[in-house]
Amino acid sequence: MSARNIFTRPARLAAIAPYLWMVLFFLVPFGFVLKISLSQTVIAQPPYAPVFDFSAGWTALKAAFGALSLDNFRLLVSDDLYVLSYARSLVVALASTAMLLLIGYPIAYGMARLPRRWQPVAMMLVIVPFWTSFLIRIYAWINILQHDGLLNRVLLALHVVSQPVVWLSTDSAMYLGIVYSYLPFMILPLYATLAKMEPALEEAGADLGASPFEVFWLVTFPLSLPGVGAGVLLCFIPIVGEFVIPDLLAGSDSLMIGQTLWLEFFTNKDWPVASAVAVVLLAVLLLPLLVYDRLQRRQLEEAR
Amino acid sequence: MAARVRRLSRFNIVSLTLGLVFLYLPIVILVVFSFNASRLVTVWGGWSLRWYRELFNDSAMIEAAWMSLRVAATSASIATLLGTLAAVALSRGEGFKGRTLFSGMLYAPLVMPEVITGLSLLLLFVAINAERGFWTVTIAHTTLTMCFVAVVVQSRLGSLDKSLEEAAMDLGCSPPRAFLAVTRPLIVPAIVAGWMLAFTLSLDDLVIASFTTGPGAATLPIRIYSEVRLGVKPEINAICTLVIALIAVVIIVASLVAKLSSVKGESAAPL
Amino acid sequence: MVAAAELAPPTGAFEPGKAVEPPLLRIEGVAKNFGSFRAVNGVSLDIRAGEFFALLGPSGCGKTTLLRMLAGFETPDEGRILLDGRDIARVLPHERPVNMMFQNYALFPHLNVRDNIAFGLKRARMSRAEIAVRVAEMMALVKLEGLEKRKPDQLSGGQRQRVALARSLARRPKLLLLDEPLAALDKKLRESTQIELMEVQRRLGMTFIIVTHDQEEAMTVANRIGVMDAGRLDQVATPRELYEAPNSRWIAEFVGDINLFQGEVTSRVQSDLTIATREAGTLTASEPHSAISKTMVFLAVRPEKIKLSRHGPAADGEGSAINRLGGVVTDVSYLGGTTTYKVKLDSGVVIRSSMANTTRLDKDSHGPGQRVVAWFTPDDCVVLEQ
Repeated sequence: MSARNIFTRPARLAAIAPYLWMVLFFLVPFGFVLKISLSQTVIAQPPYAPVFDFSAGWTALKAAFGALSLDNFRLLVSDDLYVLSYARSLVVALASTAMLLLIGYPIAYGMARLPRRWQPVAMMLVIVPFWTSFLIRIYAWINILQHDGLLNRVLLALHVVSQPVVWLSTDSAMYLGIVYSYLPFMILPLYATLAKMEPALEEAGADLGASPFEVFWLVTFPLSLPGVGAGVLLCFIPIVGEFVIPDLLAGSDSLMIGQTLWLEFFTNKDWPVASAVAVVLLAVLLLPLLVYDRLQRRQLEEAR
Repeated sequence: MAARVRRLSRFNIVSLTLGLVFLYLPIVILVVFSFNASRLVTVWGGWSLRWYRELFNDSAMIEAAWMSLRVAATSASIATLLGTLAAVALSRGEGFKGRTLFSGMLYAPLVMPEVITGLSLLLLFVAINAERGFWTVTIAHTTLTMCFVAVVVQSRLGSLDKSLEEAAMDLGCSPPRAFLAVTRPLIVPAIVAGWMLAFTLSLDDLVIASFTTGPGAATLPIRIYSEVRLGVKPEINAICTLVIALIAVVIIVASLVAKLSSVKGESAAPL
Repeated sequence: MVAAAELAPPTGAFEPGKAVEPPLLRIEGVAKNFGSFRAVNGVSLDIRAGEFFALLGPSGCGKTTLLRMLAGFETPDEGRILLDGRDIARVLPHERPVNMMFQNYALFPHLNVRDNIAFGLKRARMSRAEIAVRVAEMMALVKLEGLEKRKPDQLSGGQRQRVALARSLARRPKLLLLDEPLAALDKKLRESTQIELMEVQRRLGMTFIIVTHDQEEAMTVANRIGVMDAGRLDQVATPRELYEAPNSRWIAEFVGDINLFQGEVTSRVQSDLTIATREAGTLTASEPHSAISKTMVFLAVRPEKIKLSRHGPAADGEGSAINRLGGVVTDVSYLGGTTTYKVKLDSGVVIRSSMANTTRLDKDSHGPGQRVVAWFTPDDCVVLEQ
């Protein structure tokens, strides 16, 4: 036992309150989601038939288990709406994560190569938009993209187009919004790994005869892979469940899964189906979530 | 490490500049047009404070803003307390029972789609028959933002030189005292940054708040969202500008606090 | 020349082997495991009040772990640590009258120089006035007057080192532990700081234990040196004894430079051993220790004990016992104060000889290709068991 362990006991005591909080408000609620995803829809308030009634005793509980139903999940598989939503979400998330990586990498690389004293400034500049409201930033794009918005005016004035282009309610607008909103999440982990990299490594690569591109591809990029992984997951996972951006910027003919969940919940008041959608979404995201958890843990605990 | 100046290629400069323009241009346009005298959002009709006056007469909007501010301040404060405790436990608690679950629960909400978090919390609140409104939103936001606080504070704790605490003990401090006398002042900037982050995240959140709030207790983003769905209005530009200004003030004040209480050369990384 | 027993320093603050008063610090069979790795393996050691003791060893040898057990940051798995007769092995760091100077100094970045030095004094509940006096005293001791208000990051490396020293001395510990205290300084500054450390220690009459991997540093500052390897304390001796009479091949090679000849003892007349070596024929060594019992030995000679000349020493009375080896100079390195020669013996083995450059003009030097006789006396040999 080392004396470091003197810290251990009070530190463990510190865990109690946040631990209980997270169990109560993060873990337990998933139990409710799961439970309600297995129950029947009724028109009532709340709009589902309770599955468990703990006051009714053991026999009732046993009966309740018998009444659990997978109907909601069967619906998800049988109805194209849901399958297409999941597929669209994954496609959108993959495509926009790829775009984010392509756009974010050069920016992060540029930041890491700035003179030392400018780097914190550049980092601040990237972070500040992230602090300003997400919704406001999407709104700012609506301003620009709308029919008589700034973009169309500029394009018309420059005679690039002869009549206004429809930007809003298109997939392009949605991708633009996603890339715009998530860019800091891609840049920051990339920058963190690139800035830590020993510049002598790149110099050694060049010294050993590699062209600038080869230096990048054979030295810099492989070493930045942990940052790439973190950035990709940090963007991909939330984008899959994104609601606001597709809702405000994309057209309404095909929905992402976050929108479907929202629709089921707020418009159709079908809580059991909304819960089933959430359960499946969570299952889809489980693997990336686990990988992300590992990465995050390693990154935070390596510093110890 | 890298004391020498790295080569900054033209490609680096161009990508940096374009990236920053892309990030800032929409916000700048939004702010400028909030001072537009014209009703048409895109036609410049000269400088005016007209939309700000209209905004202050919109009592629903003001009420929503007040609600959001209260939720943000309350949840950020609770989240800072809980998140800091969690960070201390994770970085100083070595291995304890359920540590993996604990850190998993803290890291997952950072990326968890908000629709899932929002829905699950709502179902909990309904199941325990909690009256939905200020407190349910506050609890929901605390749950989300304490994880961000924990990560920010934990990374600061991890980067601290362990021998500082040892030196304090060597010089006569009991372990808890060593933590308070040496570690605490050094993590204050991270705690301040954590509070700031929690505050702005709460102020910003639409999805979780939509799920967990009750009738008649709309937050500002909920209000803005329902307006935006009906189209662009100059008044929204004005409220957005005010929110941006508020956040800017919070950032500036917080970084001043952090600077005063921290050491020269050690800036508080907000993320 | 000198036998090991004569190598003890002239009378000083203490004399090893003369147990007059009980030691300040007694380490008894201390061991520490990290998992399956045995970092410290049964170390026993006595340190007297007023001693400047160095723990010397390569990195990973357990010296820092031993020091951290003395400071209380690690708890030994076995053994006792007695300070003034009291077992402190399980006493928490803040309750020990022991202070430590950390390798990276561990100055509190949020406190200025004065508050760093006063930190431990406040914990000791000294009055404001006493603290002010003590801080001023410490600032003067380490020659930092005028820098009280500076923060650590506004100080140079040398200044930080002094603040760290002052801070750890301020509480007047019974024992000061120094963990590689000079490792971060450049060579020139390190040398002058070594002298200052010795002066401070002498002036305060305090007991210092320094951990270092630098044998020159250990020899410069310490009265006694304990050499550690793989968790064990291999030899405890004065610097001179360690250099002139190492007790193992490992120490002979770790401390300074040495030529080794492997051989077999063929005859023994009193203290004179005749050793048949493969590399250099039959050599004679004078070894007053009767400890050598095995016949397979190493004969070790320091480079500066090997002289080179064109014809060998004049054959005088004792000349018959002198070891002479013929060879050719292959390499000459001029190092300022000394010149090191590599000589390829007729057997093909290369030995090193180091000669002081006592005159400006190099009348006596030998160039590469020069045929020489390398010679050394039996007294200059150390015999080590294999």
